[in-house]
Amino acid sequence: MIPPEFDYVAPTTLAEAVAALGEAGEDAKILAGGQSLIPVLRLRLAFPTTLVDLSRVPELRGVSEDADTLVIGAMTKHSDVVEDPLVQQHAPLLSEATATVADPAVRHRGTFGGALAHADPAGDLAAVALALDAELVAEGPGGRRTIPARDFFLDYLETSLSPDEILAAVRIPKLRGSWGVRYEKFNRVAQAWAIVGVAAAVRTEGGAIAEARIGLTNMGSTPVRPAAVEAALVGASDRAAVVAACAAVAEGLTPPSDLGAQADYRAHLARVLTARAVAHAAGMSS
Amino acid sequence: MTDQMDAGIVAQQIAEHPDALSKPYAGGELGRGRRRKEDAKLVTGQTNWTDNISLPGLLHMTVLRSPMAHAKIVSVDVSAALELPGVIAAYSGADLADVMGASMPCAWPVTPDMVSPVHTPLATDEVRYVGDGVAVVVARDRYAAADALEAIAVEYEQLPAVVDMEEALKPGAPLVHSDKGTNQCFLFDFPGAGADYAETVRGAGDDAVVVRRRFRQQRLLPTPMEPRGVVVAPIAAADEFTMWSTTQIPHVLRVMLALTTGIPEHKLRVVAPDVGGGFGAKLNVYAEEILALVVARKLGRPVKWTESRSENYQATTHGRDQIQDIEIAATKDGTLLGLKVELLADMGAYLQLITPGVPVLGAFMFPAIYKMPSYHFTCTGVFTTKTPTDAYRGAGRPEATYAIERIMDELAAELGRDPMELRRQNWITHEEFPYEMVAGLTYDSGNYEAATDKAEQMFDMAGLRREQAERRERKDPVQLGIGISTFTEMCGLAPSRVLGSLSYGAGGWESASVRMLPTGKVEVVSGATPHGQGHHTAWSQIVADSLGVPFEDVELVAGDTRSSPKGMDTYGSRSLVVGGVAIHKATGKVIEKAKRIAAHLLEASEDDLDFGKGTFSVKGSPEAKLTIQEVALATFAAHNLPDGMEPSLDSDYVYDPENFSYPHGTHLCAVDIDTETGFTKIRRYVCVDDVGKIVNPVIVEGQIHGGLAQGIAQALYEEAVYDAEGNLTTGSLVDYLVPAAPDLPHFDTGRTETPATSNPLGVKGVGEAGTIASTPAVINAVVDALRPYGVDDIDMPATPERVWRALQGSDEERATAGTVSYGGSSTGSTGGSASSDSLENDGSAR
Ligand SMILES: Cc1cc2nc3c(=O)[nH]c(=O)nc-3n(C[C@H](O)[C@H](O)[C@H](O)COP(=O)(O)OP(=O)(O)OC[C@H]3O[C@@H](n4cnc5c(N)ncnc54)[C@H](O)[C@@H]3O)c2cc1C
Repeated sequence: MIPPEFDYVAPTTLAEAVAALGEAGEDAKILAGGQSLIPVLRLRLAFPTTLVDLSRVPELRGVSEDADTLVIGAMTKHSDVVEDPLVQQHAPLLSEATATVADPAVRHRGTFGGALAHADPAGDLAAVALALDAELVAEGPGGRRTIPARDFFLDYLETSLSPDEILAAVRIPKLRGSWGVRYEKFNRVAQAWAIVGVAAAVRTEGGAIAEARIGLTNMGSTPVRPAAVEAALVGASDRAAVVAACAAVAEGLTPPSDLGAQADYRAHLARVLTARAVAHAAGMSS
Repeated sequence: MTDQMDAGIVAQQIAEHPDALSKPYAGGELGRGRRRKEDAKLVTGQTNWTDNISLPGLLHMTVLRSPMAHAKIVSVDVSAALELPGVIAAYSGADLADVMGASMPCAWPVTPDMVSPVHTPLATDEVRYVGDGVAVVVARDRYAAADALEAIAVEYEQLPAVVDMEEALKPGAPLVHSDKGTNQCFLFDFPGAGADYAETVRGAGDDAVVVRRRFRQQRLLPTPMEPRGVVVAPIAAADEFTMWSTTQIPHVLRVMLALTTGIPEHKLRVVAPDVGGGFGAKLNVYAEEILALVVARKLGRPVKWTESRSENYQATTHGRDQIQDIEIAATKDGTLLGLKVELLADMGAYLQLITPGVPVLGAFMFPAIYKMPSYHFTCTGVFTTKTPTDAYRGAGRPEATYAIERIMDELAAELGRDPMELRRQNWITHEEFPYEMVAGLTYDSGNYEAATDKAEQMFDMAGLRREQAERRERKDPVQLGIGISTFTEMCGLAPSRVLGSLSYGAGGWESASVRMLPTGKVEVVSGATPHGQGHHTAWSQIVADSLGVPFEDVELVAGDTRSSPKGMDTYGSRSLVVGGVAIHKATGKVIEKAKRIAAHLLEASEDDLDFGKGTFSVKGSPEAKLTIQEVALATFAAHNLPDGMEPSLDSDYVYDPENFSYPHGTHLCAVDIDTETGFTKIRRYVCVDDVGKIVNPVIVEGQIHGGLAQGIAQALYEEAVYDAEGNLTTGSLVDYLVPAAPDLPHFDTGRTETPATSNPLGVKGVGEAGTIASTPAVINAVVDALRPYGVDDIDMPATPERVWRALQGSDEERATAGTVSYGGSSTGSTGGSASSDSLENDGSAR
């Protein structure tokens, strides 16, 4: 478990960081909380020449408001996201999901931006970002651009960030109206990755679902937004209707078969958990 | 103090600290819930782990491991590695062939014709499991040593992997050791001490009910917190060596290293510094210990090797891995007729120290607490191209306990009986002890009724059964299951003559020395080497109670063959039952000697002296007395001792137990199963353990808790999975799921205390009880919940997916799920290994 040799730079501003990344070239890597990158290095599955450590860039940390949008710095640690009052108020789904990530030690090092940039479909937060219609703000040599979450996650561990870009912040529209949220994470031991996870935000009007947003964790090579189920849920006013609408949630998906679970079991779990998450969010439990 | 006792300068100084020699002993030390002495050091990081040891000029060793399960080594070229900065040396197996010994030891030839393959520390001609060592590098620092492994070029010619035990035994199967002509290591046949099984069942005619099941003991990875490591410091001029190793067995290791390498025993000092758990996986003689020793000898410089967790999972022994075909027979009224056990036991690629002995040890435990006239046990040891198996917490007894407690439930279901009633009908009642078992052991004591009554009461069995009926009635999606395990086990390994009769290569005694220092403090030297159990605390309590000195005044010396030269070390819940008794006996000898001197000083006859709470007093004149500390000082001064008496109270005792000890207990488990997802949650866990007399209830509680966690882990979480090519796909803690505190229930523990009659302390051992008992309690609960759905067994671990599939009525099992084929090329440089590829492929390298 000894990583190969690499150079290390620790810039203190975002501009410096972008420059450092450009200078270090193709085989440089950004180091955020290191909770995914360091194990990869120790297993010698990657051989970057330079690590650009973002931990000393204050402007990448913290949560703020921009009118109807919550702005979360990429380097905000999971533990800070969980405890942030703005996040709790305006994006409680993110607080709830982040609290299920790994264990306290990992949450005190791992970052929100790192988790999204890593783009592991088994990670809990990508599905949440997708369900909440987040936008990802990237900073590169050509300046700043904003990428909608649905265009960000391209494949297993692959995003639309280019190698010379840094994810600077995540913009999450505040939920307005009577929303309920739920993150259903199914794993075998508390600190493990999700076998399947379901993020749900549901707006109800007069006892029926008016709008549903769902993000699925680990049901494909990227997080998934099951649009047809979201549409089918509109108008559902009891648990039975929710269960019926969620029955199609795995249709057209190709969840992985691995040590964690076979694909058919994942599909089954997605149906059960989606119904549970939506019913809970809509206040229609049992 | 009397005049005669003037011991000069020491006495003067002690006189300035009044009470030093007459610190009163309050009594009650045995059974007291002392906090562990060793913990302050452990939790403040003032530990001396092997990897913390640094020496001037220390070199770092790394091992290049086979990425293939089975291959011929065509060539190993280390020359490019030698060119790298910081690299001092690099050796292939062939380079070390003349110094690394002919073969590593297996101390337990379980049958006279057991197939015992050559097992060299580095492979020379063939690799036989992923992780088999091929070459070593020694460099100035760890990084250089790790980098250099990638520069070694190994050419392999791939051979077929042998993964499945049953396939391995078929004629024409590819061979793990082609020169042996078979993959069968041994066939151990034990017809028991009772009647013939088949005849007994036949004799019962139509009245016989026979139930058969096949159980699988999955492979487990012991996962001690501290992985293995070793440091060797040579004194080149004297050809002497000190080895620090993360071992449970420094004494056994020294003997074995001497025999294997030819370095004389007296030139070897082996130290087990602080050791962070072992669970049996550090009860061995490992390749890296031999390699570090011979490389340090070759280079004349100190060498260190420390494994990573991934390496630990490949190169440290694994546990369990048996297929158990179990048949139980009873008459229709439920009286047991007998038990037939047929095991296949996976040895892995080679025999480590006691690999073949582990399943064979189980032979004596399958009949457990039950009376039955007949019993037949056979075990076939099988070679596969996997990491060798060996002892893992319980070693043989968990496997046996699981099988009997599972099949008792199945028999109860078959007979339509309450599972606890069936057990009560057949177990040995407390009036029947000592009881001679059908498996040949004599149980000295026990009270299964008392433990069970207490457990049932704590559990609220009646209430839970009611709730279960209601949930079944209303088809609740969450079903309740209740599991029972009434177990016994054998501890205190072991009477030497019994080990001899089983062809084990050593005895089972333990050694102790008790030394009283001039100032009245006590050093106790024990050969039972601790690696986390709390020996310092428990031994201090035994010595304090026996000599009548304060707990704080006792210090343990252990784990170093120079200062504690003799021992059989720690495993098999033997430390207290054998080592603790040795200490107790040694203190008896100290008291005997002290009594002679005290009588002399008090001018009384020995017969007229009483000894209690550390004080000798003359019968009838209680003011004439001496504390044992005062006697120690007088002995040190030696001015006035009985004629011909040696001036020392020091005493040694080597204790060889006359019997095993037999802790027992009743474990009850209630699980909630979410039938929609298959998820099992342990809702209540009650255990009442009878471990005989208790020396320290806090330590007992800790051992039970840890044991339960490991047993529950086998039932619900852990499994080492190999793919068809022989790659360990659960090669890291991402995929090998060790439960943590949030996954485990509250443990409701209780005790009954039936003293062992086979040793003077009345103790029975507790190191493995929780592990042995809990696995079947949990699985019996899972099967109990699922039985209305037509399920009568489930493989371990009972994962949500397995439970869900069982509920679907599909027994289509995921064998090596989702495995991607990465058999790969048969030649080439081997930096990354196939199993790291597997990490990447199954997406687990997060
Ligand atoms: C034991 C353990 C359990 C875990 N369990 C879970 C879990 O249950 N659920 C879960 O969601 N996650 C889990 N994680 C992952 C955790 O959430 C990580 O923190 C996260 O995946 C990566 O965040 P990081 O800040 O550590 O990033 P790093 O490891 O530092 O980086 C990860 C990758 O993202 C890139 N990167 C990081 N930041 C940026 C940026 N600002 N711009 C561009 N690229 C960037 C890096 O170059 C690297 O390729 C677990 C991790 C561990 C160690």
